[in-house]
Amino acid sequence: MSRKARVIHGCEVAGLDVFVPVVRLLSGEEPSRQIAEFGRSVGIPLLALGVFLLVWAGVASQIETSIGRVPGPAAVWEQGKALVGDHYAERTKEAQFYERMEGLKEKYAEEGRPWKDRRYSGKPTFLDQVGTSLATVFAGFVIASVVAVPIGILCGLSPTFYAAMNPLIQIFKPVSPLAWLPIVMIMVSALYTAENPFFEKSFISSAVTVALCSLWPTLINTAVGVASVEKDHLNVARVLQLSRFSTVRKIVIPSALPFIFTGLRLSLGVGWMVLIAAEMLAQNPGLGKFVWDMFQNGSSQTLAQIMVAVFTIGIIGSLLDRMMITLQNAVSYDVRSS
Amino acid sequence: MSLFLDIVQLKKSYPTKDGEAVIVEGFDLKMDAGEFVCLIGHSGCGKSTVLSMLAGLNDITDGNALVGGREVRGAGPDRGVVFQAPCLLPWLSARENVMIGVDQVYAHGTAQERLEIAEYYLARVGLDDAMDKRPAELSLGMQQRVGLARAFALAPRMLLLDEPFGMLDSLTRNELQDVLLELWQRDRKTALMVTHDVDEALFLADRVVMMTNGPRARVGKILDVTLPRPRDRAKIIEYPGYYPLRSVLISFLEEQENARDDTRSKAA
Repeated sequence: MSRKARVIHGCEVAGLDVFVPVVRLLSGEEPSRQIAEFGRSVGIPLLALGVFLLVWAGVASQIETSIGRVPGPAAVWEQGKALVGDHYAERTKEAQFYERMEGLKEKYAEEGRPWKDRRYSGKPTFLDQVGTSLATVFAGFVIASVVAVPIGILCGLSPTFYAAMNPLIQIFKPVSPLAWLPIVMIMVSALYTAENPFFEKSFISSAVTVALCSLWPTLINTAVGVASVEKDHLNVARVLQLSRFSTVRKIVIPSALPFIFTGLRLSLGVGWMVLIAAEMLAQNPGLGKFVWDMFQNGSSQTLAQIMVAVFTIGIIGSLLDRMMITLQNAVSYDVRSS
Repeated sequence: MSLFLDIVQLKKSYPTKDGEAVIVEGFDLKMDAGEFVCLIGHSGCGKSTVLSMLAGLNDITDGNALVGGREVRGAGPDRGVVFQAPCLLPWLSARENVMIGVDQVYAHGTAQERLEIAEYYLARVGLDDAMDKRPAELSLGMQQRVGLARAFALAPRMLLLDEPFGMLDSLTRNELQDVLLELWQRDRKTALMVTHDVDEALFLADRVVMMTNGPRARVGKILDVTLPRPRDRAKIIEYPGYYPLRSVLISFLEEQENARDDTRSKAA
């Protein structure tokens, strides 16, 4: 492969197809076509976004609510900057607090008085909530994958096991996170009783709720992928007399990997959506709680703050999806194997 | 020459709602060790069914098949199989595709020895420079070369080839026939190959076994290919015996075709 072909292949695997025309353009390949291509893949979406912002600004200025006028794009952008600013202001305050504590600690030590460490008790900022949400969704996603992939493999391998699992899958798959959440919270309270818990209870219950709702796409896709391994490939295993375990490890799983990753991608998407709802209902820390708190505030900033959260949720969700597409491309062997 | 393959009254049938569908019945064949036999017949006559029963990939309904004195029960690496489609694992490189078999058969060897075996056979089929490539990066002909290397690398006691070159264009097919013949001549493995190409059968085989049309297909006629070895593609057609042999095969296939047309017109 030439270097250009490698760069282009890299772009495609990374899901950055948008830059393929740029690479081609830089290498002097059919400039007019590449510019047109780039215009279509970048120019048109930007234009559409612009139209959306204009319509939003126009409509928003017409609507008066009980807590003031609906904010337009500019107000939301300002609010976004303010929220980030708050975060750094809070961090500075925290640093100053610990600095003061250090000073006090020395003073206490000189005077021979006993000293007890105190933690800064400022409220979590918007960015802190984003971090918490990301950590929670990944925890839930990991739990879901650890459960769903092995069960999916068993379902795909054994029609009997699948028949046993099928009613459970059919019943639990459509259950909303809001229905799981109370059960999970009570169960976590009952079962998770560590003295100095490393994870907060709220974190565990959010993660478990995410896992319960997001494991189904992975489970089902894994089962389908495993069940649809090509007969030719299994014949290879039979001719070689691979053991059952080797057949699964060397033939079945690699062949089902693209399916598994498609499932994982869907699961992460579901998990992210479920998480916001769960946080909101359970008052667990995270973006969902942020939205709820702002709603309860009812200040003139409320709408703008919630809209910032909406965009943040959307952008993070699509970035997570992008990330999974990249992983999916990296493991798929037939679609883009070159 | 010693008897190596002994097929006695082999039968394959499937139950259907209209009763038993008999594909192959009363199929007898004996092969000596080191013999190369081609099985020829019209498409759909059941020749691939016979082969896959010998490979152990398809259950034998009735009758017996002994390979090297052992009854065929299930598949095993003592019979190297080359399928019509290359059947490579698409997520593995050419080398890894051969290694997966070598690792299984030479489990007692060191990793280095196994790697050398795999690379030796890949080199023999002309893939020195393509060992790291995945199937999607290889042409169909090259993929089938990997298939040949994989079968030979197992050091099987017998080779079963199911129309291995059926999907290739004629130039590539010729190349691969040469590769196969060269590999076979080196260690003279007993080989049974299914084909419907008359010239391919004459070029490769010691004997050509002609199958009647199904249902209830069986051995119709056996032709000894008396052409001297080693065979040269350019010269083989100049041997005085070549065209008479070829016309035996052609007329048998035509007879079968006519018989089939007759039964069809009677039915109509």
